Amino acid sequence: MKVDGSPGLTPILEVQDVSVRFGAVQALERVSLQIRRGEIVAIIGPNGAGKTTLLNVISGFYHPTAGRILFEGRDRTHLRPYDVAALGIARTFQNVALFKGMSVLDNIMTGRLLKMRGSFLLEALYWGPAMKQELEHRAFVERIIDFLEIEAIRKASAGRLPYGLQKRVELARALAAEPKLLLLDEPMAGMNVEEKEDMCRFILGVNDEFGTTIALIEHDMSVVMDISDRVVALDYGRKIADGSPDEVRADQGVIDAYLGVSHA
Amino acid sequence: MRESNQDTFPKLALRNAQRIPRKVAMREKDLGIWQSYTWSEYVEQARLIALGLAALGFARGDKTAVVGDNRPQLYWAMLATQALGGVPVPLYQDSIEREMQYIVDHAEARFAVVEDQEQVDKLLHVREQCPVLEWIIYDDPRGLRHYRDSCLLSLEDLKERGRKFAQDNPGYFDQEVARGRADDTAIIAYTSGTTGQPKGAMLSHRNLIETARNAVEREKLTEDEEVMAYLPMAWIGDHMFSFGQSVVAGFTTNCPESAATVLADLKEIGPTYFFAPPSIWENILTSVMIRVDDTAWIKRRTVHFFLDLARRVERCRLAHRSVPLRDRLLYPLGWLLVYGPLRDNLGMGRIRVAYTAGEAIGPELFEFYRSLGINVKQLYGMTESSALICIQRDGDVKLDTVGPPLPGVEVRITESGEVMYRSPGVFQGYYKNPEATRQTLDDGWVHSGDAGVFDRDGHLKIIDRARDVGRLVDGTLFAPKYLENKLKFSPYVKEAVCVGNGRAFVSALVNIDLASVGNWAERRNLAYTSYTDLAQKPEVYDLIRQEVVRVNRSLLEDESLRGAQIRRFLLLHKELDADDQEITRTRKVRRGFVAQKYAPLIEALYGSADHVNVEAQVTYEDGRTATVRAAVRLCDAETFAGAGART
Repeated sequence: MKVDGSPGLTPILEVQDVSVRFGAVQALERVSLQIRRGEIVAIIGPNGAGKTTLLNVISGFYHPTAGRILFEGRDRTHLRPYDVAALGIARTFQNVALFKGMSVLDNIMTGRLLKMRGSFLLEALYWGPAMKQELEHRAFVERIIDFLEIEAIRKASAGRLPYGLQKRVELARALAAEPKLLLLDEPMAGMNVEEKEDMCRFILGVNDEFGTTIALIEHDMSVVMDISDRVVALDYGRKIADGSPDEVRADQGVIDAYLGVSHA
Repeated sequence: MRESNQDTFPKLALRNAQRIPRKVAMREKDLGIWQSYTWSEYVEQARLIALGLAALGFARGDKTAVVGDNRPQLYWAMLATQALGGVPVPLYQDSIEREMQYIVDHAEARFAVVEDQEQVDKLLHVREQCPVLEWIIYDDPRGLRHYRDSCLLSLEDLKERGRKFAQDNPGYFDQEVARGRADDTAIIAYTSGTTGQPKGAMLSHRNLIETARNAVEREKLTEDEEVMAYLPMAWIGDHMFSFGQSVVAGFTTNCPESAATVLADLKEIGPTYFFAPPSIWENILTSVMIRVDDTAWIKRRTVHFFLDLARRVERCRLAHRSVPLRDRLLYPLGWLLVYGPLRDNLGMGRIRVAYTAGEAIGPELFEFYRSLGINVKQLYGMTESSALICIQRDGDVKLDTVGPPLPGVEVRITESGEVMYRSPGVFQGYYKNPEATRQTLDDGWVHSGDAGVFDRDGHLKIIDRARDVGRLVDGTLFAPKYLENKLKFSPYVKEAVCVGNGRAFVSALVNIDLASVGNWAERRNLAYTSYTDLAQKPEVYDLIRQEVVRVNRSLLEDESLRGAQIRRFLLLHKELDADDQEITRTRKVRRGFVAQKYAPLIEALYGSADHVNVEAQVTYEDGRTATVRAAVRLCDAETFAGAGART
């Protein structure tokens, strides 16, 4: 249970009456929610509830058919993923999406892409300001490597790593962009207990050390209850609950939709 | 050399800072980059830590518990403690709270310098039980931002207090260092004793420095050596190599980035001086062989061809035989194609001196590294001797000895076969445990607890723990573990238990290795249904008999042990298993339990029948038990007398 640190009350992201429709399927229907600066919010719901769609709308991968999205108070409804990333929103994917042939280090360095300035020629020659810049980025990436304890696989090619470590590398790459808001799509899917515990530790650590706001989709209820400050529950594209883990756990609508009746 | 201003480690470190200030004393891989610290920085850091401790009220004779992975800051904390006339007490970083609590409490450590949050958490709990612990100083602040305990202090803050303290007390550090004496206790090293509570061996500056000097001179170590500090700091060996000898000789100690990166870091550093226990040598070999087997067949064949060649050559060298001409001509080619690149890849291209110790090393393993031209030697020592007693000489290396005693070390074998030694490195006694000290120290001589013999070249050979050594009825020395290790060097033997104490001859209970014997049987189209079935095949008995005979023949070289050859053996119908309490979780045979459990089998070995019927209870992993019935064969093995004639 997270006890210390009080997340600020100012929203970093506001989703207002957002609907998304794919043909006849209403994936999201008039969903509104706020993500507050510095908190960890979990988005839960049964399969097909619209969790990933919501994340995709926030990251600019989908555009809502109706409604608005405000990031730091300004309307960001129709930005493209590239611009959203530049604003300070980074994400990881449900299915690991690393560059499999590249080393872990290079994969994480790609997370710095938006921070890199300079001409192609200087970069190619690795000279002058380009070299200085590269070293600075490398130093930052090394801090993340140290933080996530992946020193031993720094030079391993990403595709050959076990699944749990690939997930960790993906988190590292997202962190390399120094996001203000980090979106994690099922960061613990397919992990064993030990890997899950490590991941929880890292998520709490990121929130604590870097002050990053985190929104995550997760199915493992014990994880959700342990690490999140707030839980948002979706069902059939609608928001059915929003509150502290204990409140959501006790919510009858959520129990009916998702947690099952006999849940302790 | 040996003036009184160089009789403690802090004085020697100050000497290094004066004589070779810009020489690199320590390296640590941090954030992906090797950070170097010169001797002058080494001493400066230790000085700030010492002054910080002084500001907290550190008094002469106080103890500092040191816990964590090998980190420069922790080595500095040890030197800082010594500089103030205190005693560092390194603890194993993977100890559980209860173990730490015992040592912190027993050593009365007022201060602890630890690596990170993990250790802080443990020590905060320890502190609830032992209030003697006043300050916990940590190096890595990660995760500790919200800790509010008033006994916590970061190393940076400690140094800051040190800087302030220095302004008010100029010259304090130098005065305190000057007050140090050779016979002050330099470290209390707790031995992780297999029985009872750990004992704290007190070693003085004189103990450690003289031992380090003798070894440095004998092994011709210079200030240009590079050593890797990756084994636990609480282990006396690391203290001797990474701290003692480093300060005495002025060479560089390298701290790996993390425990998981040691092999990669080894490659980057290329140490010239290296220590590893047999298990690590084996891991490295396995990781190489797995990669070799993954390559294209032509490379694989090339590697295997040249490795076999190197092994033949090394065998000739070890036996002082001349190498056949063909091999001698091909060897340089192997160096070009295989040995050089392989050594380089292992990070062992620059090794001048490497040691193995702790357990018997398998001949295959030992020959592999030596055949690559890596100077691996065997070493014998223990905490109570300041880590070192015997080391093999360059060019005079044998498979099953630990070499002659180091200069200044006397070794004698008692009536009962126990090794005793006397040296400048002999410890001052166990801290607050005069009873144990009396039992171990005898007029300057130390009971090692090991049984050993000297071979005709003056090499010491450790054969067993002294209490396990027995005698046959005719008085012949019988060392079960020595025989068992020799049997276990065979890939077909997984475990062996020898009996013979108070008997007419030695016999052995052998566990075959299911994987390798199974493989061997398949290659011969020998069908089998189960472990029990395979173990009782006459062909398998023949296979193992050859191994037993090999062991018997090898015993001939030993005057004192040749009488204890294995005359009869049997193959056990089930594997010795920790679930059945026959071996410990760390795979050590529980001799007494096995002797009791298999008493009918053992009696049969000393009877005249050629088989015996047994029933055994086995426990499955889910807790169910079942009974296995089998007829176990008994088999005679050839033994040899004097000049190799059969009896």
